[in-house]
Amino acid sequence: MKTKVKERVNWPITILLIVGLITVAFPLYMTIVIAFKQPSEMTNSIAGILSLPKSWSIANFAEAMRVTDFWRSLGNSFIITILTVVVSIVIHSLAGYAIGRNKAKSKFYSFVYLYIVSGMFVPFAILMMPLVKQTAMIGLANWVGVIVLYVVFYMPMNVLLYSGYLVNIPMALEEAAYVDGATTWQTYWKIIFPIMKPMHATVAVLTALGTWNDVMTPLVIMSGSGMTTLPLAQMTFQTQFGTNYNLAFASYLLALLPILIFYLVCQKQILNGVVNGAVK
Amino acid sequence: MDKAGMTGRKKTFLLITIPIMILFFCFNTLPLIQGVIYSFTNFKGYGSYDWVGLRNYIDLFQDGRVGGSYLFTFKLAVCATIVVNVISLLLALGLNSKIKFKSALRGAYFIPNILGALVVGYIFNYFFTYILPVWGQMIGSKTLGSSMLSNEKLAWIAVVIVCAWQSIAMNTIIYISGLQTVPEDVYEAGSIDGATGWKQFRHLTFPLIFSFFTINMVLCIKNFLMVFDQIMALTKGGPAQSTESISYLIYQNGMGGGQFGFQSANAVVFFVVIVVISGLQLGASSKKEEQL
Repeated sequence: MKTKVKERVNWPITILLIVGLITVAFPLYMTIVIAFKQPSEMTNSIAGILSLPKSWSIANFAEAMRVTDFWRSLGNSFIITILTVVVSIVIHSLAGYAIGRNKAKSKFYSFVYLYIVSGMFVPFAILMMPLVKQTAMIGLANWVGVIVLYVVFYMPMNVLLYSGYLVNIPMALEEAAYVDGATTWQTYWKIIFPIMKPMHATVAVLTALGTWNDVMTPLVIMSGSGMTTLPLAQMTFQTQFGTNYNLAFASYLLALLPILIFYLVCQKQILNGVVNGAVK
Repeated sequence: MDKAGMTGRKKTFLLITIPIMILFFCFNTLPLIQGVIYSFTNFKGYGSYDWVGLRNYIDLFQDGRVGGSYLFTFKLAVCATIVVNVISLLLALGLNSKIKFKSALRGAYFIPNILGALVVGYIFNYFFTYILPVWGQMIGSKTLGSSMLSNEKLAWIAVVIVCAWQSIAMNTIIYISGLQTVPEDVYEAGSIDGATGWKQFRHLTFPLIFSFFTINMVLCIKNFLMVFDQIMALTKGGPAQSTESISYLIYQNGMGGGQFGFQSANAVVFFVVIVVISGLQLGASSKKEEQL
């Protein structure tokens, strides 16, 4: 048998793709350069805007952190995102399990499945106004309410993912556990939950990205509570200090940095998670 | 499993499902129903209100501003969906071929998807207002010489560009995972029959990844119809309300403009439109898939 010839690298396409990266890199480059400059360095020519700063000063960042109360809003974003992800994984995987194991043979569960999944097509715009009233009435017009809402909003997608993944897990595993005297509840936590790890990762990534970057929900629900998330802080900042672009860009960079660092650290897992979610 | 085991199992499943259903009902279905109820009133968001029957719905169809927002939103959704799908399909084909630095390139092209739409919108706002016009002047173009965002006829294109910039990443990844499901020997068999280049794509690749094309179309249309953050950051609906998306209008006039009832009717119509479009898309594509 002939040894297989090593696959030839397609250089024209590689180069084309590298050149194309400018579209991704340029906005980021612009953000970084402007964030480090002083207003006096900003002239009206392209060179003035895009050249490297004369001295890399972090003064803009310190000032941006102060006026946007950066650490507070970063902390709030963190709390909301982490709690949303944790609660989503627990509740949605349980729901996916109960529904996924029964929807094939039970009319009730196939109804529940359709009921929850069809929630994907309900736009936030229609829920927004009643939800503002409702959350205010029951004392949830705060970050707790925002988390509850996220858990409900991401339920359709995540139940779809979990119950789809469950099809691959053989029933025989559960029956074996039952023979050993485990209840359904125990079987779930000891066997099914650990097996669903790849799906947990997918759900965590998709839910975290959605929560971290969301503006609308905290904007309409928490606006009276005095708490902000990172995107919300940018929004109030924008209206108050719109003219100092160097300061503004420093604060944009500060808002993008946490998620960028997170992505660079777990790039592989995130991409895998997204792919898992897309294929299922 | 014996009978006792089965009833225990059933009970556990119900104990899980019912509270979750109640939660979902309270924060999804209930507000939906409330929204429908508000749409038949002249509620301002505070104080007392009266029933007005179908009044809001009749007014809705005669309101030029609402009509304009539907027109803009559809124009945006259709154009952005086409742009995004063409580019991300090409990108996916490139990123799936035999290239160097494959995983690094894939990783880099995914970056736009992780960044928040609001902040990205602010950055592009600056780009369209201060940087692009300078280039426009350099090549002597009058239309590009001033800010796209303050031009009633061009502002929507800027919104399309920003929406596309962010969504291409996700759609590319979905197409790549589609391309990976196509077995190599299909291409080998195809090349024997003379299918290369465009023919190979048209008759082999595309039909085989059609279901991924469907996912992307539905995702794109749905997301772009609900566009909000980008509008908030780029144009705030301007100039002259030319980029007012439906979500933005509902937020703007429903929450702050005292049109709670009226915009609820708008939201109900919007909901119906989304359901109908998604249903039609899914129906059409499942038919197509059966034929393949």
